[in-house]
Amino acid sequence: MQFSEAWLRELVNPNIDTNVLVEQLTMAGLEVDSVSPAAAEFSGVVVGQVSSVVAHPDADKLRICTVEVGQDEALQIVCGASNVREGLKIPAALIGAVLPGNFKIKKSKLRGEASFGMLCSEKELGLAADADGLMELAADAPVGTDIREYLALDDQLIEVDLTPNRADCLSIEGVAREVALLNELPFSVLEVATTPIDHQESLAVKVSSPEACPRYLGRLIKGVNAQAETPLWMQERLRRSGVKSLGAVVDVTNYVLLEMGQPLHAFDAAKLNGDIEVRMATEGETFTLLNDQEIKTNSETTLVIADAQKALALAGVMGGKDSAVADETQDIFLECAFFAPLFMMGKARHYGLHTDSSHRFERGVDAELQNRAIERATQLIVEIAGGKVGEITEVTTQASLPKREAVTLRQQRIKRILGVELPANDVAAMLQRLGMTVEAKGEAWLVTPPGFRFDIAIEADLIEEIGRVYGYNNLPQSSLLMRSALSQAPEAVLPIDQIKDLLVARDYQEAITYSFVDEDIQKAIAPNDSYIKLQNPISADLAVMRTTLWCGLLQAASYNTKRQQTRVRFFESGQRFLGTKADQQEKMLAGLVLGTVNAEQWDESARKVDFYDVKADVEAICTLTGYEVQFVANKHPALHPGQSAEIISRDGRSLGWLGMLHPTLEKQLGFDNSVFLFELSQDVLLKRNVPAFTKLSKFPSVRRDLALLVREEVSFQQIKSCINDCQEALIKEIKVFDIYRGQGVETGYKSVALALVMQNSTETLVDSDIDAIVNKVLDALSRNISAKLRD
Amino acid sequence: MSSTLEEILAQAIQALEAATDLQALDQIRVQYLGKKGAFTLQMKELGKLDPDQRRVAGQAINQVKSDFQNTLEARRNSLQQAVLDARLASETIDVTLPGRGQAVSGLHPVTLTLRRISKIFSSVGFKVEEGPEIEDDYHNFEALNIPSHHPARAMHDTFYFDAHTLLRTHTSPVQVRSMEKYQPPLKVIAPGRVYRCDSDITHTPMFHQVEGFLVDENVSFADLKGVVYEFLTAFFEKDIQVRFRPSYFPFTEPSAEVDIECVMCDGEGCRVCSHTGWLEVMGCGMIHPEVFKSVDIDTEAFTGFAFGMGVERLAMLRYGINDLRLFFENDLKFLEQFN
Repeated sequence: MQFSEAWLRELVNPNIDTNVLVEQLTMAGLEVDSVSPAAAEFSGVVVGQVSSVVAHPDADKLRICTVEVGQDEALQIVCGASNVREGLKIPAALIGAVLPGNFKIKKSKLRGEASFGMLCSEKELGLAADADGLMELAADAPVGTDIREYLALDDQLIEVDLTPNRADCLSIEGVAREVALLNELPFSVLEVATTPIDHQESLAVKVSSPEACPRYLGRLIKGVNAQAETPLWMQERLRRSGVKSLGAVVDVTNYVLLEMGQPLHAFDAAKLNGDIEVRMATEGETFTLLNDQEIKTNSETTLVIADAQKALALAGVMGGKDSAVADETQDIFLECAFFAPLFMMGKARHYGLHTDSSHRFERGVDAELQNRAIERATQLIVEIAGGKVGEITEVTTQASLPKREAVTLRQQRIKRILGVELPANDVAAMLQRLGMTVEAKGEAWLVTPPGFRFDIAIEADLIEEIGRVYGYNNLPQSSLLMRSALSQAPEAVLPIDQIKDLLVARDYQEAITYSFVDEDIQKAIAPNDSYIKLQNPISADLAVMRTTLWCGLLQAASYNTKRQQTRVRFFESGQRFLGTKADQQEKMLAGLVLGTVNAEQWDESARKVDFYDVKADVEAICTLTGYEVQFVANKHPALHPGQSAEIISRDGRSLGWLGMLHPTLEKQLGFDNSVFLFELSQDVLLKRNVPAFTKLSKFPSVRRDLALLVREEVSFQQIKSCINDCQEALIKEIKVFDIYRGQGVETGYKSVALALVMQNSTETLVDSDIDAIVNKVLDALSRNISAKLRD
Repeated sequence: MSSTLEEILAQAIQALEAATDLQALDQIRVQYLGKKGAFTLQMKELGKLDPDQRRVAGQAINQVKSDFQNTLEARRNSLQQAVLDARLASETIDVTLPGRGQAVSGLHPVTLTLRRISKIFSSVGFKVEEGPEIEDDYHNFEALNIPSHHPARAMHDTFYFDAHTLLRTHTSPVQVRSMEKYQPPLKVIAPGRVYRCDSDITHTPMFHQVEGFLVDENVSFADLKGVVYEFLTAFFEKDIQVRFRPSYFPFTEPSAEVDIECVMCDGEGCRVCSHTGWLEVMGCGMIHPEVFKSVDIDTEAFTGFAFGMGVERLAMLRYGINDLRLFFENDLKFLEQFN
């Protein structure tokens, strides 16, 4: 909410400067967002009066004016504005004046005629964004007075960012009440005299939904001049509150809203058919709002103001176009109601609307305010636009008005929550200054909040108010004193931080990519996964939840390769979201590698990274778990069918995938190099073996090398499994140290050089034992995978 | 005879001095001390002399032999040193050339910041809890005292999947989930990704928060102030000015925003702090009785506080990063600055 400091100071004027005032508001929970001058910097402009106007001899559009500026002699000023006329009072910039934008006024000649100054529009004074002529001042404006003084422009606009609980400050009276409280100054709201009744005509009002509209006031004012000029002081206050002047009647309703926080609405009485009814909309009623929006009430919970024939306005949100006050309006029906906040919540948003009125009703308008507000508006309308005032029609349903129930506040609870012991008298005094009714009850109080406070319902609400008024910064501060148990150190859990550090040490850079991705990329990379879509994505490229971290990593890699990076090594830890109901949210760890194994370096030829380089990284991660995993050749839609492996954990669960990005995708995503990817499930990965000691053998180990000839498609894993299946406990290790194809090996075959390391913990192995084991292994290899010993 | 000896010694020393390598030196040694060496021959001559002369002559020979050997030894040392020097010289490299092999990368600045936050809180026994990022309306709003249509919902630009499923807008639902799971006393921090439907120069649709809360028998706003102050001074590693401003969150009461003295200008006023000298860094408050009610914690027996902070915001202030969007572009040139 924005308001004028000068206006505030007319209501309550503490002896503090703007900076202190602003600090006070902020520290009381009314956060000041900005303070800006009410008008741009300018000087040397006074109230002038045009005493004569003659045509310019050499220019059709220019006029030569004589202008009284309160000096001995009138000035000759050439002016091009169409509304310049004799007797008009206008702002006149004198020679030496400086207008906004550092525009200096000098003596000049316009088409041969001397001009000693400039007559100004609102735009030229920085008071409006545009203007269609000179700014017209009131007839009683004192000629020669500095315009800044006359318009009281040396004022600050204070913008307060109000939290939803402080609806009571959505008016200048509310802010004044708060400022008075903070400075311990007296404050009372404007007393409005009842306007005498001129006629007996009225419209009957029927409230069919009293729970939504506990109070409704209306009155007919006949014979108003809707075209009357809004007085400058009101225009200025509206302008300084960020509200446009739209004609006398609407200006008055807006003014009262700003002044008291009570939204009002004026209908053109001539456009009403019969009596007023406040009722729920029937399904599918249509009408046009003031902002030209077509409304079709698609909800039976919508409250409308209707006449005998049709819905006219969205209650508490916006009036209708058909019944709006216009220039030709003569009779108005002025409405001033209390709509219940719980009912109003979300109603405007349902229609994509948010108005000053809905903002206030949703947060809570004082239910005791309507009478004073309608009298204030009546008084101002009659003052400005004339009119004959009719009786107020009031429909109030007491039972539906907000209950002001007393809240119990215990003194000991204040100590417990705020950590400070406050004297009972201070507490009671604070509450009373807040407008509460306080009744002492032993070590507690019964506190009844005022009608303008909708945020006081429980003890904690009162304690917050006490803390706020006492000052959060005056409350004590203490170091934690609490019981503390020793923390756990579960060894079977592998910390993800340890894996991250390992990857960093292996030259992987951590990335963090968006959890939502482009649907096309999601489909391309994981065509078989079902995924969930956002209803309201921020853009098409952030529209669906990823089912694999690869989506984001590939985009991040592409972003970098387009920026001259030829080597990218990323990892990311984060959730993926599987299923159309997002029933599976799983933490993953993924990596991406492209480019050379090492960053470019001297005296070493660059080698492109391959499957086995990245596999070594994955194996290193798996080593941290303390158990072996299996890499099984398997196909994944995003990966090269011949270079992809599914990783299986010891319990048979899938730990993840490793492989080369499918060449089709590589091309589609615009990469010039092979890209290698891995992704591991953290659920499976982060379970570690707690190490268990096995006795060391005192006897030497023996190594036997075997060169096996096997068919090309036989995998190392098959050879290893075959050997493991022999269940020779003395074989401690199976190492591969060479793969050979070429001369001496038939096409379609390969030679795999293996080393078997054997050891017995109770005795030295003798040749005969070793031979027996090797023969058993060879026999099994021969039977199961047709492996032969190479000559 | 003695003149002959001296002549031999002179020649021998001359030869030693002239030798340029260890091999030549060894030849000279043989030439003089070998079986047929000059000094050996002299010794053999001794037998022909009478005993008196033999003793004197013997002493003379031993003297020159000893002189020869000393010179030889010195010469050998010197040549060995020369060999070593030559080797060292030939093996000298440019030690300023860069090392070879796998380099080391680094963690994302968000992770660096999260680790520091976790470390500071875990030192006094806060446990880390996590929760789902796709949340239900109940945990993200209802249980936190934000019923549907509450104006506070407008403060959260929420991404929805359907009427009841959404991307969590804050890490506060972890507070509810933890209190559903465990009984007080509780000391928890909950770091993680959160999402708001907002994207401009100062907002990204995804960012990170750390929620922290503490529930025990006698926890007051004074404890909250102490913890927040101690955390901020630990995080920024200086005794920083901190102020608490009344604010509003439906799930805390009293609620406060925490401002610190601007770390960019030391509170003098600059662009970063909009010339106020203060920076808003977190929201906090005493846990609202309605929140306790939703998880069946007795508000008469227990009180608690909660706080929440934006990780990117803290990282920006800590490292002087001037653009929030950099965090998720994953430009290596940005990320490598934190290695």
